[in-house]
Amino acid sequence: MIATTPQLLARLAAVGLLGVVVQTAFISQLPIAGANADLSPLLVMAIGLLCGSLTGGCFGFGVGLLADVVSLQTLGVSSLVLLGVGYGAGRLREARDPEGTLVPIAVGAAATLAFGIGFALLQFLLGVDAPVSWALLRQLLATLVINTLLALPVYALVRRCLQPALPEDPRRRRRRAYTTGGLSPLSRGMEIRR
Amino acid sequence: MYDKTVRRRRAVLGLLVACSLILLTAYFGETGSGALHGVQRGTSEVLNPIQEGASRALKPIRDLFGWFGDTIAAKGQVEELRRERDRLRSEVLTSEVRKADYARLASMVELDGALGLQDKGLKTGRVIFQSPTVWYATVRVDKGSDDGVRVGHPVINEEALIGRVTEVFGGAAQVTLITDTTMKVPARAGPRGEFGIVEPSSAGNPNDLVMTFTNPGARISTGDRVVTRGTEPDDRNESLYPVGLPIGRVTRIENEGTDTQEIHLRPFADMRSLDFVQILTNPRGGDGGR
Repeated sequence: MIATTPQLLARLAAVGLLGVVVQTAFISQLPIAGANADLSPLLVMAIGLLCGSLTGGCFGFGVGLLADVVSLQTLGVSSLVLLGVGYGAGRLREARDPEGTLVPIAVGAAATLAFGIGFALLQFLLGVDAPVSWALLRQLLATLVINTLLALPVYALVRRCLQPALPEDPRRRRRRAYTTGGLSPLSRGMEIRR
Repeated sequence: MYDKTVRRRRAVLGLLVACSLILLTAYFGETGSGALHGVQRGTSEVLNPIQEGASRALKPIRDLFGWFGDTIAAKGQVEELRRERDRLRSEVLTSEVRKADYARLASMVELDGALGLQDKGLKTGRVIFQSPTVWYATVRVDKGSDDGVRVGHPVINEEALIGRVTEVFGGAAQVTLITDTTMKVPARAGPRGEFGIVEPSSAGNPNDLVMTFTNPGARISTGDRVVTRGTEPDDRNESLYPVGLPIGRVTRIENEGTDTQEIHLRPFADMRSLDFVQILTNPRGGDGGR
């Protein structure tokens, strides 16, 4: 688990606020193939993968609450779903620690899908009378595709924003020790020759 | 140490889930003037200037993206527009004949503009926010109570009716679009002005509305225009919408001639690309609406 320093908290708050403002003032008004990208599950996924389940869950709750407040939607719906998304992404990091460039893409797609389904379920539980149309499913699918394409850049951007406040990644530390220190077989070979 | 971490993690998760559920239940159960709604409105009031600033600052980038999209869409429309041009050429010939009749009729009824909206207190606003989820068809405009906007005022764009004001702040107003599942608009269609209620056909489909409660024997056909009904002299309650605001065009009729007849229409306004809108701050005209 990553310790939440004041510096990290400030950066998380800035990322969340900026994300919601950009989403509402820019991304939402930019239809692509009849649908919009949705940054909130991608941001929450990125924070979960970088900071762990507790921070991911709290960030998801906060971003969801802010989104609900700003959009004048029913309070608690987005926060409940995004809380699950952030916690899930964080648990994935803690339990499996997946490595690889494509991990954010897969997790971003899963996060968007989970958010879309969770949000729809809650809307139906709250009592939307209208039936589900194919157009709605098509829009959810289009958002899923757009978000999958955006997952990697969003993850990279969030990591860049949080990097100074994050403790050094143990994997990176191991790699550096391996290539520069005594763990490398090249350096060992040189010692034997000497 | 590990157990303590796990316990702490689960406790925080449980607490946040409980918070969400409490918020959801309390918000859903309270009226529009409740405490949570008040907090939401207050926060929105604070964030509105930030959103407006961001919306203005990012407009050039939006326009750039829009230009690419429009170019691609325009290429696809070329063939369709050629057919439309040919059809319009033949219609122009017909309308030349009718033009003379029209001039005579227009002077007889003293047509005051195309829709006669000059005295409806039109306020032009810019869309500063559009709901990011397909479940809420709402936009926010940069005109609010300071400009005389009130809850219930109808909103149009350059094409047709798009919705009505459902929430008002000092310098902004929330507009619920006619494609939102909570919206119902009394309307008329066809040559005899058949009455019906226009509502969304399904959640998340901005291109299809449905007109219900029509008379099974109503003479409505595909291509007919649908407009707002307004208020009739014998109505007990006054309609929020003035008479004759265009809504859409009939695309198909299901279960025709039965009690469950559904008239589908495509709205004239493109709800996904709203930029400037007009709010009718005096929908009754004259001094009536003030």
